[in-house]
Amino acid sequence: MSVTPMIEADLVCKQFGRNEVLKGVSLTVQPGEVMCIIGPSGSGKSTLLRCVNHLEQIDAGRLAVDGELVGYRQEGDKLYELRENEVAQKRADIGMVFQHFNLFGHMTALQNVCEAPVQVKRVPKKQAREVGVELLTRVGLGDKLDAYPSQLSGGQQQRVAIARALAMRPKLMLFDEPTSALDPELVGDVLKVMRELAQEGMTMLVVTHEMGFAREVADTVVFMDGGVIVEAGPPAQLLGSPREARTRDFLSRVL
Amino acid sequence: MRHYGRWVAAFVVLLIAASLIRSVITNDRFEWGVVGDFLFDSRVLDGLVLTLELTVCAMIAGVLIGVLLAIMRLSPNPLVSGASGFYIWLFRGTPVLVQLLFWNFIAALYPTIDLGVPFLAPDLISLNANTVITPFVVALLGLGLNEGAYMAEIVRAGVLSVPEGQTHAAQALGMSRLQTMRRIVLPQAMRVIIPPTGNETISMLKTTSLVSVIAYAELLYASQLIYSENYRTIPLLIVASIWYLVMTTILSIGQYYLERRFGRGHSRELPKTPFQRLKSVLVPGHERPTISAQRSPDSAGGGFA
Repeated sequence: MSVTPMIEADLVCKQFGRNEVLKGVSLTVQPGEVMCIIGPSGSGKSTLLRCVNHLEQIDAGRLAVDGELVGYRQEGDKLYELRENEVAQKRADIGMVFQHFNLFGHMTALQNVCEAPVQVKRVPKKQAREVGVELLTRVGLGDKLDAYPSQLSGGQQQRVAIARALAMRPKLMLFDEPTSALDPELVGDVLKVMRELAQEGMTMLVVTHEMGFAREVADTVVFMDGGVIVEAGPPAQLLGSPREARTRDFLSRVL
Repeated sequence: MRHYGRWVAAFVVLLIAASLIRSVITNDRFEWGVVGDFLFDSRVLDGLVLTLELTVCAMIAGVLIGVLLAIMRLSPNPLVSGASGFYIWLFRGTPVLVQLLFWNFIAALYPTIDLGVPFLAPDLISLNANTVITPFVVALLGLGLNEGAYMAEIVRAGVLSVPEGQTHAAQALGMSRLQTMRRIVLPQAMRVIIPPTGNETISMLKTTSLVSVIAYAELLYASQLIYSENYRTIPLLIVASIWYLVMTTILSIGQYYLERRFGRGHSRELPKTPFQRLKSVLVPGHERPTISAQRSPDSAGGGFA
């Protein structure tokens, strides 16, 4: 294969105490690909996402982002654990959007977006501001630049969170159930922004319960249950005619 | 008669109050005239200034040490976190009066203070402890280091009150642990940290009186010096008490408004301040909007968890 995969997971395992959350997960995400992960809660979807972003350390297996191991540096056949600032550097290239938005409560929408570029990438304030205004306008919040998170609806907050992640010019975007905490009528605006992002060629790994979005936008849909990937395939096949009984069972309950 | 219990209680309270007031006025040994003479005595006022100076300096030292200790306490490094835990254990576990005396006699323990590199050049700079450790330094060390231990727990509680998601979001953006703490967590922890810090300041103001044991001429010791000359012990203790009451009252009022300000976002409508209540009684129909109706930067924090 000539192209380096954006994400390459090989038999990734993760456990919290005695609780095995990931029991050997393998998947590959190509640059520009949109992958949706579906599955019941507790199936390890969010943990997988957090592992990709170095927020959790994996216990076994191999996980690489853009050809580089997550959390470790390989020299010869020895692995060295990365230092904290090295990990931080890698995280800076990966955007992450959380279920509960996690906007910084003491900052305006624009300050939220400008914070990391200025603090982490040392972008001049003026330039960061210009980019911030442009990004917020793009997600439809050009008139809410100076609003604080508490003054915004959930859908607006989530769009600010997406703009905040994009401000770091990430090569990969991770979405952890971005619409699960939203009122139904606010879901559409967020999905619209994500759809546009996918069309622009952003590599995206999306944990979601929005089957419509998965069907329409994803290149690949993965069904996880009990810490393993049960089945993966193009959306039409996986959502339309799943091979596995567990997948059929799950889909019959959510669709 | 309804509520006869209340009438009886009120009567008893009035009776006790009246007899107390009568004894305070008729007992000459209170020497209220002397209290008046010394209330604005220059030595007393100098002591008052020193008390205020010491309170401010010790609180600044305490807050700085407290923030440092709290961050150390939350460190993933067990040695760093353990060191902070040990400090807090040591300084909270011994009376501040004992600590003050220890610092006062530090010269007996270390006659010279040597600064340098351990083992290689141990005494690069050598200072005579008796000249460097003035009573003010002793007071500052005693009160500041002790306060640091208490502030550490307050700051730690504040830091822990900030939702974990804030840290996750900052980390996901590539911010370092220190950046996350300084830019994201501490500013939001302030709402929890500020009110108890106000309490600590009021408490510190009174605790400075302990420094009188090391002959530092703050308010209490200044009063003691005067009554050791003229034997008007009670009036001068009353003078000191009046000044302590004045200062704690002023600080309490400041504390009230501070808590109001940092409590915003928790309840929609703030209760009226005593001043606003008085105004609405005196000027009927003239209601001013409460602060919560306006938007300002600090009100944003409470919106989401």
